[in-house]
Amino acid sequence: MAAPAVGSGGAALTGRSLQRQLQRSNRLRRLQAAALVAPLLLYLLLFFLWPIAGMLWRSIDNPELRQVMPQTASLIQGWEGQDLPDEAVLASFAAELRQSYQDKTLAVAAKRLAYESPGFRSLMFAAARALPETPEGSWRATLTGLDPKWGEPLTWAIIQRAAAPWTPIYLLAAIDHRLDANGGIVAAPADQAIYLGIFLRTFWIALVVTVLCLLLGYPVAYQLAALPPRQSNLLLILVLLPFWTSLLVRTAAWVVLLQREGVINDLLIKLGLIGEPLQLVYNRFGVYVAMTHILLPFMILPLYSVMRGLPPHYMRAAASLGAGPVRAFWRVYLPQTVPGIGAGCLLVFILAIGYYITPALIGGANDQMVSYFVAFFTNQTINWGMASALGAVLLLATLLLFALYARLVGIDRLKLG
Amino acid sequence: MANEAYVRFVDVQKTYDGESLVVRKLNLEVARSEFLTLLGPSGSGKTTALMMLAGFETVTEGQIILDGRPINNVPPHKRDIGVVFQNYALFPHMTVAENLAFPLEMRKIPRAEIETRVKRALDMVQLAEFGQRRPAQLSGGQQQRVAVARALVFEPKLVLMDEPLGALDRQLREQMQYEVKHIHDRLGVTVVYVTHDQSEALTMSDRVAVMHQGRIQQIATPQELYERPDNAFVAKFIGENNRLFGTVRAVDGQSCTVAVDGGEVQALAVNVAGVGSASSLSLRPERVLINPPPGSCANIFDAAVEELIYHGDHTRTRVRTCGCDDFIIKVPNATGRLQLAAGERIRIGWQIEDCRALDMP
Repeated sequence: MAAPAVGSGGAALTGRSLQRQLQRSNRLRRLQAAALVAPLLLYLLLFFLWPIAGMLWRSIDNPELRQVMPQTASLIQGWEGQDLPDEAVLASFAAELRQSYQDKTLAVAAKRLAYESPGFRSLMFAAARALPETPEGSWRATLTGLDPKWGEPLTWAIIQRAAAPWTPIYLLAAIDHRLDANGGIVAAPADQAIYLGIFLRTFWIALVVTVLCLLLGYPVAYQLAALPPRQSNLLLILVLLPFWTSLLVRTAAWVVLLQREGVINDLLIKLGLIGEPLQLVYNRFGVYVAMTHILLPFMILPLYSVMRGLPPHYMRAAASLGAGPVRAFWRVYLPQTVPGIGAGCLLVFILAIGYYITPALIGGANDQMVSYFVAFFTNQTINWGMASALGAVLLLATLLLFALYARLVGIDRLKLG
Repeated sequence: MANEAYVRFVDVQKTYDGESLVVRKLNLEVARSEFLTLLGPSGSGKTTALMMLAGFETVTEGQIILDGRPINNVPPHKRDIGVVFQNYALFPHMTVAENLAFPLEMRKIPRAEIETRVKRALDMVQLAEFGQRRPAQLSGGQQQRVAVARALVFEPKLVLMDEPLGALDRQLREQMQYEVKHIHDRLGVTVVYVTHDQSEALTMSDRVAVMHQGRIQQIATPQELYERPDNAFVAKFIGENNRLFGTVRAVDGQSCTVAVDGGEVQALAVNVAGVGSASSLSLRPERVLINPPPGSCANIFDAAVEELIYHGDHTRTRVRTCGCDDFIIKVPNATGRLQLAAGERIRIGWQIEDCRALDMP
C-alpha cells in the first residue's frame, strides 16, 4: 500500500514544481516583452493618450467662475432657482466681484459669462465699478438699484450654470445647439449655427479627396504591381518623392502653379484654350488638387502592397473560365484588393479630415475645414473649451466612421502594408 | 489521321527574349478524348506549350489548331478550354459553390441550371456538403478536386492540367491520379496534362510526349516509352536504367555489336550513327538475369556484388561490371530466391532485345 502512495505523492510534487518552473519561465518572458514595449507605451500614454484625454476634459471643463469667485460659485449651487439667491450669496458675490475687479481677474469670469449671454460683460464691469463697500439696506436692493437685471432670476440662473464644475455649452455649440434660459437644449440661432456646416464641408472635402486618390492611385498601384521588381522599385521611389519635401513647400508650390499668373494659366492662354486666366487657387478646386496630390502616396502604398501579393494566376484562371478582361477584373481582381482599398481610403480620409495648412493657404473662406476653427479658437480667441469641443466632435465622428468601416469591411481585412 | 486530330501544334516556336527558343518546331497531334501528357524536366518547354494552348502565352511562330480552327488569335476567355492550375487558383473570396458557378455565370446560363450543374459537379468530386466553404477551409486534396470540378463544370471539350498534383503529398497524389483518370474515362474529354513526374505520366496517360530542350524526344504509349525508348534521354528519364558506354563495332540489320570496357555487347540497333560511333546502351534493371545458364543469353558477363539494398518487394543489387560500378539489378524477393552477399562474384546476362543501343546523351 505504501509504495503507490509514495509514487503518487512524488508525481504530485514533480507536477507542482514543473508548474512552478513553467510559471517562472513564462514570467521572465512576459517581463521581457513588457520591457520591450514599455518605452513606446509610456510615450504614447504621455504624449498621445494624455493630451487626448486632456482635450476631451477641456471640452466640458468649466473652471473660470470657480477660480475667480470660489465662494459664490459654491454657495450659489444651493439656490433652487426661485426668486433671487439668499442675501449671503449676494454678499459673497458683491465681495468677490469687487475683489476680482481689484485683482484684474474679473475679465476672465466676465468673458466666460458672455459665452452664455453677450450682455454680461458690461453688466459685470458696471456693477464692479459702482458697487459700494457696504450695502444700502440689503445687497439685493443695492444690486437691483445698479441695474434692474440683477433683480431677474435669469441673471442668477446663468451665473449658477457658469459656476457648475462642468458645462455642455461648448459641445452643444460645436453641433449648433445651446442652452435656453431654462437650461433646455435648443438649436442655435441661424447666424451662429455654422459648425455642422463646417463638419459637413470637412467630411465632403475629405470624401472627394479620397475618391480622387482612389481613382488616380488604383491604376498606378496596379501598374507598379504588374512591373518587374526592379522597375517597380524605381517608380515607387518617384511615388514617395513628395514625402521628401515639406508639406508647406508642396502647398506653396501649388499656389505658384495654380495662381492667376501661374504656370498652368500661362500655358492654357498660350495654347489659346482660354482667353482669361482661370481662378484655380483660393477656391475649392485648388484645395482638391493640392490635397489629392499630397495624400496620393497614402493610397498607392497599401493598394500596391495588396496587389503585389496577388498572384497572376487568378486572372488567368478567370480567363480560362470564360471571363473577359473587364469581367475578370470586376469579379476576381477588384474583390481581392478590397483590403487595400479599405486601408488606403481610411488612411487618406482620416488624414484629410484633419487638414489645416493646405486649405488655409490654398482655399478661400468657404473652404476652411474644422482644424482651421480649432486653430482659430486656440490661437485667436483663446477659447480652449470651444477648440476642444470641435476636436472632440471630430474625434467622435471619425471613430463612428471607423466603426462603420469595421462593420462593412471587417477590421481584420485591413491591410496597411 | 490528321483530320481526326482535335488539337494540332504545327511547327510551333516560342521565344521570350528573341534569342533562345523555349519551344522549337513543336508538332503534336492530340486525338479527341485522348489523355496526353507532356512530360519533361523543368525548363523543357512543356508548360510553355500548354500555356500557348490555353492562350496565356502568344505563339511566336507556327500555328495551334483546335478542332480544325486556328486559335492563335483567339483570346483565352473565348477558347472554351478548362484549365487546372498547379496552385489550383481557386478564387479565395468566393465559396466553393461560387467558384464552380463562375464559369457558368460567364456563359449566361440560367440561375436554376447553374445550381443543378454546380451540385452535379460537387457530387462528381465527392464534395457535396462543402459548397458553402471557402477554398482556404479545405484541405489540399479537396481544393484540388474543386479545381478539377471547376475546369469541367462548363463542359469544355478540352481540359489542360498544369502539374495539378504537384503540391500534394505522395499518397494523396496517387489517389488523385486515379480519380482524375476515372473522371477522364467517364466524361470522355480530351486532356492535355503537364508533369515532371514520370510515374504520374505512365499511370494516367494514353500517350506521353517526353520533352527536353523545347523538343519532343519521343511520343508514345506509356508501355512503348518504357519498353522501347528511342534515345538516351528518354531511356534515362523514364524509369530506372543501366547505362553502358561503348563504340559500335558492327551493325547487322536490327542488331549491333558494341565494344564496352570488358567485352562486346550484342544489342538492338535503335539509334546508332554507324560503325565506329559512340553509343550508350540502355538496360532495365529488372531485365538482368543473375547466373543465367550458359548459352541462354547473348550477353553474359562477370560481375562483383558491391551493395545490397532491401526494398521490401525487391532487393536492389548494385554490381560492378563492364567498367560500370553502379550497375543495378532488381532481384524480386520471391520464395527460393538466390541469397547474395556483398563481395560475391557472380555472372549476369541479358537478351539482345532487352538491351538498346542508343545515341550518346
